[in-house]
This record gives sequence, structure tokens and C-alpha cells, in this order.
Amino acid sequence: MPLLEIKDLTVEFKAGGETTRAVDGVTLSVSAGEAVCLAGESGCGKTVTALSVTRLVPTPPAHYPTGQILLDGREVLRLSRRELRQIRGGVVGYVFQEPAGALNPVRRVGDQIRESVRWHRPEAATEAEVIRLLRLVGISGPEVRARDYPHALSGGMQQRVMIAMAIAARPNLLVADEPTTALDVTLQAQILDLLRELKRQFRMSLLLITHHLGVVREIADRVAVMYVGQIVELGPARELLQRPLHPYTRALKAAVPRLGAGAPRLTSIPGTVLGQGAGDPGCRFRSRCAWARADCAMRAPELAEVEPGRLVRCPYWNQPPPEWNAEARAAYESP
Amino acid sequence: MPKPGLRMNLLEVRHLKVHFPVRRGRFHRVTGHIKAVDDVSFGLLAGETLGVVGESGCGKTSLGRAVVRLLKPTVGQVVFEGEDLAAMGGAALRSRRRQFQMIFQDPQGSLDPRMTVEDIVGEALDLHRLAPDGRARRARIEALLQAVGLRPEHARRYPHEFSGGQRQRIGIARALAVEPKLVVCDEPVSALDVSVQAQIVNLLRDLQDDRKLAYLFIAHDLAVVEHLSRRILVMYLGRVVETGEARSLVRMPKHPYTQALVAAVPVLDPESNRRRSLLPGEMPSPLSPPVGCSFHPRCPMAEARCRTEPPALREITPGHRVACHLA
Repeated sequence: MPLLEIKDLTVEFKAGGETTRAVDGVTLSVSAGEAVCLAGESGCGKTVTALSVTRLVPTPPAHYPTGQILLDGREVLRLSRRELRQIRGGVVGYVFQEPAGALNPVRRVGDQIRESVRWHRPEAATEAEVIRLLRLVGISGPEVRARDYPHALSGGMQQRVMIAMAIAARPNLLVADEPTTALDVTLQAQILDLLRELKRQFRMSLLLITHHLGVVREIADRVAVMYVGQIVELGPARELLQRPLHPYTRALKAAVPRLGAGAPRLTSIPGTVLGQGAGDPGCRFRSRCAWARADCAMRAPELAEVEPGRLVRCPYWNQPPPEWNAEARAAYESP
Repeated sequence: MPKPGLRMNLLEVRHLKVHFPVRRGRFHRVTGHIKAVDDVSFGLLAGETLGVVGESGCGKTSLGRAVVRLLKPTVGQVVFEGEDLAAMGGAALRSRRRQFQMIFQDPQGSLDPRMTVEDIVGEALDLHRLAPDGRARRARIEALLQAVGLRPEHARRYPHEFSGGQRQRIGIARALAVEPKLVVCDEPVSALDVSVQAQIVNLLRDLQDDRKLAYLFIAHDLAVVEHLSRRILVMYLGRVVETGEARSLVRMPKHPYTQALVAAVPVLDPESNRRRSLLPGEMPSPLSPPVGCSFHPRCPMAEARCRTEPPALREITPGHRVACHLA
């Protein structure tokens, strides 16, 4: 049985009489020791999905019309506040994009880490444990650093402190929301290395949220690509990156600038992300899609298993695009 | 004087230094200096792009700001079309500002939320008295919006009504309103999604071709910089560590820091066996830069000499210069 099972999850936000569906029928599982990536661009619902794992999205304004979240056999959407407190940080640890915003600026980092330990393992809340955790996340001179305030640490070190806090209770699942986005490239590689090492050493599961396909390639076993609230493609990371099948994933891959390619133009995806209009049954990507045909406005494409382990939400994934414009060609022939 | 047969540089930066005083204690005495930009020189031809790459704190933003004189250089010259901007001030500088503009990283923060797009773009026209009457003003704004891929009806809207990519287009329209010759782009695409990033990069390229713009393109993403630039300047702790033609610099980086930057760019192709080499540690504080080569504490190849003697920027092949004892 997988550690985390999300089944047909839908999250809606109500504001000013309007309902926005941020997550629409997402089904996803994470096994023990597995790293799964939720990839997609801003507003695709990847963060809301990840926060829902421990119901961290405030309700109201959010509510869950349908769906089920099974975490270690427990049904998260039915848990009481008290039970939720146990799993937040205890079973699931979180690392966020901006470490500076997530740390308390007026408390020493050692004390903050110790507090995370105290919540879930009160007997272990000692100075020695804090120092052990700091050393584990690769901070040199942990005895000295534990007495620092967050502002005295660089962005990379702050992110390491965040990870130390997240793993303080020895969670089974670490949810990392864009953990490297705010960091410099050479530090990104260091943090990804650390996450990989923690996963290996403790058989920890990872649910990683990123907009960066390069990060997916570095760390993920499987990847789910999201677009406007839905998973449009799901599959093993290596295969999916090598041979993306959904038009959106193909276009996304083609849009990433390659180093040393020296290509004169980048392939862009025309238009911008549009929310799904009420009563619009069609495919959400069709206005930007090189594969789109009249049919795509009529009915909603289903997420179907087209090859073992590979799910695609597009009935035309194995056909060439009808219009051979430059974008379509690049996406289709993308190496 | 330029040598005969050579095109004169539109912009020539010579031994530029930007130092910030650090004040401490009760009387705010100056106790030290942060050398944000330390002896940087380069030239830029009209219609050409020079990419500036480096991590946070390397001084690339201060460099860009000093070039457009949003910061006053401590020492050095910024020669634009034969005149030294660094020595200029007041009305003289203001009258030259039309020639060089800037595009910022955060389109949200750099657009006034209470002004419509028409006001934002039109303000630049008004300041430099480029539109004789209301009709000419409207026509110019419409043409500008079209040039950056926005529709005429967008003129009446406010910044919050646009997506990040569209806001960046507004920022570009504002910069281009005064028909500059040089645009300093400070991380113009790093806040954008990948698909939109490609649109803006292509737009900047097309505008350059149409209008013969010169770009000083500042970014931390080496792949994006390579796509736009003819030459690249790599900065570390305020200094240039390597500079050369974009393709050869990316394919055969000579400085260990550039090599690490190239290696740190994630590769999508799962078949690629290139191992990401990890650069240990982080950039030291610019308040107390290391003695000798400022990169030596992180350098996998550092020798005794690197710890004592700062390397000079030497030309190793024509047009390719590296500041490393071992290159």
C-alpha cells in the first residue's frame, strides 16, 4: 500500500460569490521511499494539492467537494484538529520556497529546531539532538550556528535549517514546495543532493513541487505534470522527460533553453494560461495547443493509460499536430 | 580615439568601482567598504548584447545600475557615445537619460499600481517631451503596445489586471517609449514561468533586430544568457572572472567558477551522463573577501599561489579573458 494516496481530489475556493476550482480530480500516490514530482507553471494547482495532504489550506475559503486523501492508512479529510496536529510535522514534514519567510526572525535557529523536535518527540528535545540535526543537513560548526538568528545565515543555510526542522520528527513523507527556486544555481545542486541523501538514508518519501523540469530530472522517480488544476501527464520521470507525450509537456520541454545549443530562437507556448470558463467542457490547453482540433472544444479529455505506467490526458497524443507551425514542429521533434 | 577600421563602442565601461560604505556603532562611523563592483571594464557595440552572469551578491545588479546612473560610481568611467556619464550630473545627465533605459526583474514592483498602462508608458514620453499633442501621444502608445505584443485596449487597464508576462511587456514598452540605444535588462525573465520566459526572450530578440538596441543582459541563468548574448561576462564577488564570446565560453569554460556554473545548469536529457559537480560552500561575504584569488576557498584546483596573489584578467585566446593563475 502506498504511503500517500490522493484519490479524485477537488479543491475549490469561494470568494465574493465566485467559486474557483484550483484542483480538479487529482489522483496520485507516493510509495515509501519514492520521490514524486508535481510539475507545472504558476497557478496550476500544484501547491494547493501538496498543502492539502495535511489540510494546510485554510477552510474557508477552501473546501473539498470530492476526494479522499489516505496518509499512512488515515483519511486526512476526516481527521480532527488534534489528529491533524499530530501528522503535520510528525508524519509529513514541509519545506517551503522562501526559508526567510518561514523562519521566526527573533528566535535563534537552534531553539526553533528544538521546538520542532519537542512537538513530536519531547524526550529527544535536547541541545545534542539539535546539533545532530544541523550536522545531518550539512551545516558546518553546528554548535556555533545553533545560536545564530536566521538573518545571520545565507539563503542556502536557511534552507538547510528549514530541512532540519522538517525532518526533526522523522516524518515518512517530506513535502518540498520549490525548495531550490529562491537559491543560486550552485546552491540548488547542493540542496537537491541533500534531499536525495535524506531519501536514501531514511527511506523517506518525497513529494516535490517544482516548475523546473531540470529539478525533476535530478531527483524524481515519477512525475505528474499539472495544467489548470488537472494532471495532464503522469509517468516515470526518465521516460517522461525523454519522450513527453502530452502536447503541453512537449511544449514545456521545448521551451526550456538548452545550454550550448546556441539556437537563435526559443520555442515558446503561445498565449497565457486561461482558467476554465464555467460550462466549458473542452480541453483546457486547447487555445495554446498545436495539436488542437475542433473536437477539443466539445468534450473533456480523460486521463488514460496509453502505455504501461504512462497516463496522458489527450486523445491525439500519438498523432502528428494538424498544423505544422514552428512551435508545433519544435514540440513534436523536441529531442 | 577609436582605431581606424574599428567600430566605436556605444558604451565603454573603464575600471568601474562601486563601493558602499559600511557604518557601525553609535556615531555611524564608516568602518569598511563593500566592494560591490571592483574594477570592471568592458565595451558594448550598438545593437549588440553583452550578458552578465553571476550569483546573488556578485555585483551584477550594482553594475547595471551604475551604467544607467541609478547609482553613482565610486571610481571609473562610463563612456556612452563618447561622453563620460560617471562625471555628469543634474540637467546634463537628465538630457542623456533618453538614450539608456532599464527593465527590472519584478514587473509587479516596478509598475505603479495606480497608473493605467497608458499613463505608465506615456509618462516617459511626457518627461522627454516626445509627443507634441494628445493624438500623437495616443498613437505612439498604441504602436508601442503593439510592438511588445499587447492590444490597444490594454492601454486603459491597470497593472494588476495583467499576468506576470504581460506586466513585463508593459515594462519593456515603457523602456522603449523614449527610443533608447541601450537597455539594461536586470533579470527580466527570472520571475516568469518557462513558457512565458521563452516569449519574452524572443520578444527582446525581435525588438533588438527591429530597433538596433544594445542590451546589457543581467541574469543568473546561464542558458538564457547564452541564448541572447554575443559575449558573456562572468562576475564573482565584484570582479570579472571570465569574459569571452558566448558560445566558446559556455562550451569551453576556462575559469573553475564558470565551469561550476556550467555544470550546475540542470540537463533535461535523461541520457546525458554529465554529473553535476558540486561546488562546495557559498560565496563569502563581500565585507571580508578572501585574500588572493577571491574564489580560492571554493576552488577545487586552488594552489598556494591562489591564496596569496590575486590573479589578473589575462587574454588567453583572442577575445577570451580569464582571471585565473591556472588557466
